[in-house]
Amino acid sequence: MEKIFQRPASLKPVPFRYCPGCGHSLIHRLIAECIDNLGIREKVVGIAPVGCAVFAYDYFNFDMLEVAHGRPPAAATGYKRVMPDRIIFSYQGDGDLAAIGTAEIIHAANRGENISVFFVNNATYGMTGGQMAPTTLLGQKTTTTPFGRNNETAGYPLRVAELLSTIEGASYIVRTSVDSYKNIIGTKKAIEKSFRYQIEGKGFSLVEILSPCPVNWKLSPIDSLTWIQTEMVSVYPLGTFKDKIKEIE
Amino acid sequence: MAKTVAATGNEAVANALRQVNPDVSAAYPITPATDIMQRFTSFVSNGKVKTEMILVESEHSAMSACIGASAAGGRVMTVTSSQGLALMWEMLFIASGLRLPIVMPVVNRALSAPLNIHCDHSDAMGARDSGWIQLWSENGQEAYDNTIQAFLIGEHMDIRLPVMVCMDGFIISHSIERIEYLEDNEVKNFIGEFRQLNPLLDIEHPVSYGPLILPDYYMEFRKAQDEVESKVFRVVLDAAKDFEKISGRKYGLFETYRLDDAEIGLVILNSAAGTSKDVIDEFRNRGIKAGLLKPRLYRPFPYKETGEALKHLKAVCVLDRADAFGGSYGPLFIDISTSLYTYSKKPILINKIYGLGGRDYLPEHAELVLNELTEIAKTEKVKTIKEYIGVRG
Ligand SMILES: Cc1ncc(C[n+]2csc(CCOP(=O)(O)OP(=O)(O)O)c2C)c(N)n1
Repeated sequence: MEKIFQRPASLKPVPFRYCPGCGHSLIHRLIAECIDNLGIREKVVGIAPVGCAVFAYDYFNFDMLEVAHGRPPAAATGYKRVMPDRIIFSYQGDGDLAAIGTAEIIHAANRGENISVFFVNNATYGMTGGQMAPTTLLGQKTTTTPFGRNNETAGYPLRVAELLSTIEGASYIVRTSVDSYKNIIGTKKAIEKSFRYQIEGKGFSLVEILSPCPVNWKLSPIDSLTWIQTEMVSVYPLGTFKDKIKEIE
Repeated sequence: MAKTVAATGNEAVANALRQVNPDVSAAYPITPATDIMQRFTSFVSNGKVKTEMILVESEHSAMSACIGASAAGGRVMTVTSSQGLALMWEMLFIASGLRLPIVMPVVNRALSAPLNIHCDHSDAMGARDSGWIQLWSENGQEAYDNTIQAFLIGEHMDIRLPVMVCMDGFIISHSIERIEYLEDNEVKNFIGEFRQLNPLLDIEHPVSYGPLILPDYYMEFRKAQDEVESKVFRVVLDAAKDFEKISGRKYGLFETYRLDDAEIGLVILNSAAGTSKDVIDEFRNRGIKAGLLKPRLYRPFPYKETGEALKHLKAVCVLDRADAFGGSYGPLFIDISTSLYTYSKKPILINKIYGLGGRDYLPEHAELVLNELTEIAKTEKVKTIKEYIGVRG
């Protein structure tokens, strides 16, 4: 019998230990499938964040580097400059990328570093127990905003894809989601395109992925997907915000 | 009337901060200190405190916001651990250089790399010479008491320095113990109204904080900072005396345990001192004169008083829950040897590094060390001065 579905070679044969319904395992798998499809497993290096996905190196079956909270884009830059023929990606949450690491991501984009960034937006700091992130929605209850985020003291949801799309150095900026089959396929396409741009030397790309965090949102896995569709997407619209190469072509 | 509760170290410190009711706090979550800031944000949301809470994007910004708020004339606090403290490093020196009495509980956790969330003292030890006062706490009660006293000490008009209050991550921060809380008004009276010193926006008396000072005056600033350090000891002891009046609990620059007539002794910080005291009792039961010294005020370090307290011993082991990677000894060992160097007759010193990254410190470890000290006291021979214990390979 022909085997038509199997674990990607880019994933180790171990079960994921993320919470039930968490988007990280799904996104890990999509990245692994893309790496397999492009045949780049032996030249890829991933940079793990500090956040729930700090354990990414337990799952990805290729070299990984762990630095400090928020620093992956700078570390990725260093890596890529020394090994320009390697495929370097950073994998970051919204605390890592949109709070403590905001400076790094903006400047990596502005320098047009030829790297891929996968940015998992779950509107909270998952690992430390569900505190407010810059991406938290107005009114969203978190452990540090028990009555909901109030813009008067805590500001507004930070739209990273929109922000980075204004930066000249950035090549490809897209926002996707893993709330449905259709959007999961769309996410995979965006990840693959980001890798392809890097392989072709087309510069900086970032895929922002809206991703469920049922435990900290205090919703069931299914309700979390609905929450993305009904609450998150209106604040964080899906789509391509910048595609410099397409514009040139 | 004091209230006795069962609470974790973090819960106790959060409660102390609620009772203090500071004007401003800016914080970023980090394990194992997250719990304190999270509980504190609940107090803010529930109207239990009037604190302006700023949920900033990093610890570097947290300390910067605290500096702004403190210079503006507010009573200010934040909390952190490990990488968070490391990221604040630049701002720590600004806070102390500007003489801003910010209070910061530090829940001790190992530093990266490799990444580790468990207890050791490398975070606060890395900041020991940043000009902050450091108080160390054995248990939740001491962390609570030290947090309250920290405000009085740091804000004292002769001092005006920031204060770190250290307690062991998880071992104390997340363990439930019996803790006595003071009444809210007792804490309020104890720390008193916040007194401003050169606040910003005092239109009649404009000031600049942190201006550029070149070789003409920079050294005078540093000398002034050095001089204020020598005043801290008296202020810490005065605060302890006042605190004893309301709590019945005694504090000093350090704690001694069965040390007066001891021949061998341990010097050890924080929670591991508790474990060691039990083992010292066992040795005493066997007729061995063992004792212990637990530093409390670690910065500035009371060299004179510590040396006096230890000079009569035959052999002392300094146990460090952090190494100072300088090809030398653990940080506490370096301070203890300095405190003894002026004496012609002094104990033989050895140094053990223990408990890094959350490795357990067990009674057997204290036993092993005390046996070695007994042998050293007898033979006056030392095999190795510095050694890692509880380690493979
Ligand atoms: C300098 C520093 N500050 C704080 C932390 C604590 N910390 C670890 S993960 C994290 C937030 C993670 O949130 P996010 O990046 O959104 O990822 P998620 O866990 O939600 O996937 C924080 C604040 C740290 N490790 N280092």
